[in-house]
Amino acid sequence: MTDALDRAEAVILAASDLSMRSLQDALGRIGGGGIDFGELYFQTHRSESWGLEDGMVKEGGFNADRGVGVRALCGEKTGFAYSDDVTGRRLLEAVDAARSIVRGGGSGRSGQLLAARPPRRYDAVDPLVGLSAQAKIDLLLGIDAEARGHDQRVKQVNARLSMVHELCLVVATDGTLAADERPLVRLDVSVIVEHEGRRERGSAGGGGRLALDTFLADDRASRFAREAVRIALVALEASPAPAGPMPVVLGAGWPGVLLHEAVGHGLEGDFNRKGSSTFAGRLGEQVASVHCTVVDDGTLEGRRGSLTIDDEGTPSRRNVLIENGVLKGYLQDKQNARLMNTVSSGNGRRQSYAHLPMPRMTNTFLLPGEHDPADIIGSVDRGIYAVNFGGGQVDITSGKFVFSTTEAYLIERGRVGRPVKGATLIGSGPEVMGRVSMVGNDLALDEGVGVCGKDGQSVPVGVGQPTLRVDQITVGGTG
Amino acid sequence: MNAGDRQRIELLVERILTLARAAGADAAEVGATEDAGRSVSVRMGDLETVEFNREKGFGIAVYFGGHKGSASTSDTSEDAIAATVEKACSIARFTQADPYHGLADADRMATEFPDLDLDHPWQLETEAARRLALRAEDEARGFDPRIVNSEGASVSTHQMISVYGNSHGFIGTQLATRHGLSCAVIARDDGAMERDHWFTVARRADDLEAPEVVGRTAARRALARLGAGPIPTGRHAVMFAPEVSGGLFGHLVAALSGGALYRRASFLLDGLGRQLLPRGIDVVERPHRPRGLSSAAFDAEGVATTAKAFVSDGVVASYVLGSYSARRLGLSSTGNAGGVHNLTVLGKRESVATLRERMGRGLLVTELMGQGINLVTGDYSRGASGFWIEDGDIAHAVAEVTIAGNLADMYGHVIGLGDDLDPRFNVQSGTVLIEAMMIAGV
Repeated sequence: MTDALDRAEAVILAASDLSMRSLQDALGRIGGGGIDFGELYFQTHRSESWGLEDGMVKEGGFNADRGVGVRALCGEKTGFAYSDDVTGRRLLEAVDAARSIVRGGGSGRSGQLLAARPPRRYDAVDPLVGLSAQAKIDLLLGIDAEARGHDQRVKQVNARLSMVHELCLVVATDGTLAADERPLVRLDVSVIVEHEGRRERGSAGGGGRLALDTFLADDRASRFAREAVRIALVALEASPAPAGPMPVVLGAGWPGVLLHEAVGHGLEGDFNRKGSSTFAGRLGEQVASVHCTVVDDGTLEGRRGSLTIDDEGTPSRRNVLIENGVLKGYLQDKQNARLMNTVSSGNGRRQSYAHLPMPRMTNTFLLPGEHDPADIIGSVDRGIYAVNFGGGQVDITSGKFVFSTTEAYLIERGRVGRPVKGATLIGSGPEVMGRVSMVGNDLALDEGVGVCGKDGQSVPVGVGQPTLRVDQITVGGTG
Repeated sequence: MNAGDRQRIELLVERILTLARAAGADAAEVGATEDAGRSVSVRMGDLETVEFNREKGFGIAVYFGGHKGSASTSDTSEDAIAATVEKACSIARFTQADPYHGLADADRMATEFPDLDLDHPWQLETEAARRLALRAEDEARGFDPRIVNSEGASVSTHQMISVYGNSHGFIGTQLATRHGLSCAVIARDDGAMERDHWFTVARRADDLEAPEVVGRTAARRALARLGAGPIPTGRHAVMFAPEVSGGLFGHLVAALSGGALYRRASFLLDGLGRQLLPRGIDVVERPHRPRGLSSAAFDAEGVATTAKAFVSDGVVASYVLGSYSARRLGLSSTGNAGGVHNLTVLGKRESVATLRERMGRGLLVTELMGQGINLVTGDYSRGASGFWIEDGDIAHAVAEVTIAGNLADMYGHVIGLGDDLDPRFNVQSGTVLIEAMMIAGV
């Protein structure tokens, strides 16, 4: 396997009229003269997807995109320009546009670039070429057969297989020289079931920074098909959810979206530098119950949210955000770290070369506790047991956040009872985290479908948690 | 961007279509766009970000009988064009045949291209943009001592050319501009912080709200949230403010869309002819509205757009169809491939004061959170904040509650429409008063 830096230089620069020398010249043209940081981010992005519907794979698509984003920083000021033509002329135009936040020109000097080669967190594979087109189609057809064969109430099966190959190269006036080759695959299954006049949907899926054959291993694709059917059939039986505040037990894995919304966004460095987060200025304070230790870890092997380096070239890390309920640190990119007199935590991420980097999560989860999950459920007299969720949202200033159940059950006298319809849960981040009273010993991470949105930019993320009990949160049912 | 750019992109689309035909495709369609713009933001009185945007790209779909393949790229070099066409064709060799695939019918292609007055370039230099943004932020920060922090104000301008062509020989071009100004500030009182924002958007810079109005509105909204808390759980009347009410009808469009219908993923299956909203309410589309933010002479397949009603006198009058879903349902395209263009809810419009009086007590919702909408069943459960109304007047701010119900039931219990249409949205309905929903609080 070749090194990501060599690959990036060969693929990105060779296809243009640029060389490492011309990148150094471009950095010299940005830096100095009032600009304290300048950066060039080159990216090539190829993606392919296949869609199944009506028992046929009748849609397929391919996209190729490449470009360069140029950023110039001066204190809190940012200049940004980009081009989807990677040529020397366009690069210099972008450089001049980005540095126009200050008057005058650059120093012309550029320092030594130090090549970073941190440990890889995923293999440098190209998931677009791993399997033949026919094998990809057969995988989807197998899902259709599995889902329909699983239960005759299944009336529709939609599935999509997506794969991305990305190569990025970042050079900056702080000496950064780094590259990354990032595979990303994802399989989504959605079914509609009908029975006695009722219809419901169920969906499941997963993926990661892996090759496509991950879906062939361990019956994984078929498992997603059965899981989608199972969730839809549970929904068919669901009755209205209750309304009002009550204890809620959240299942392991994907319900970790709780941490993403209640804690994660509020700990992003930009909001805390600007004082707009409910967590601003609270380092060292108790912001959650003593049972809560929350980490953001970009180093996990092959996970959807993992990164060998972030989009600023900083190697990803395992960052403890909250330890036994005490706030320990924020998620930082280079600009916010510098302005807050700290260092980047490896969380500077961007959707693409055409977007500015900012502090973002990677894989965010709660560490396991002592309790048997059954005991946690058994501790609740009347409440909700929620095991699957759709999306969530947070207002980082007030701390209010929501997330919506897609599979949940009533708990009555310590027993899991009838399924209830989807309901939105709402609470305030620090308050809800303070009410986490029991944490299970069954930490699980999600299957790999998370997408996080911020300022109009989407990036892949992971979440996870063990089963846990929140003593009180408002459940938005109808009954 | 000018007539020369327009001609260049149209020629590009024609060249790509020729290549697709040469590769053996029975039919092909191509969309190409170019976008140029800039945005300038300030925060706490100082310049914060200057962003220059310039992007381009095209996408192609090819058909070999019922076999379809698609590809897209941002690279318009000769090599990349050839490679992208070849990629689409190679995908079509593997996809399974679907008899419903293909271009929209030739006789539905738009033949008239009225001037919709959408292109009003704004020669906005960074310094002028900075001053405009500062006017908004200064106004917001100076409005009240409790406005203690700012997330900034920003001004942006964009111009876009989009060209769509297909192998019927259709080629259509739209030049459009879009300008905006926004401001977000934070209010603090008794240790609690609340953030809110306001924005204005228009095809023509002269149509934007004044920066001071945007700043003042952002400040007022943030201040009004202070002291918010939950309310007791119960069933009450709910009023949706214009900045959130359009979403209710956005869900209606989604449920009436062909894709959801043929997949049986809508709560409005066989909804045509159904009395969904009370009598007297129409939901109409006006695609040719001059300077409209979603105006278009043709849809994403070249089909002529037309004024029509999706709901007439409360009854579902039309689905929302492109050619593929139309064929699946045995119907004709409604010119809505790619979505709806300027939707307005019509009916007896009353002042908001009148509606509040009718409501007496209940919840006025000004913000919704989360995606708790199940289009298969119509079940609706979302986070909300706003104001508690008592005797027709605002009593106090409300936060951390949910509102829940079923969309079909909510539509059937619309008991008032406000006269306060919000021109910033594709779906405009003014205030909407719903008789009762479940509110979960404390």
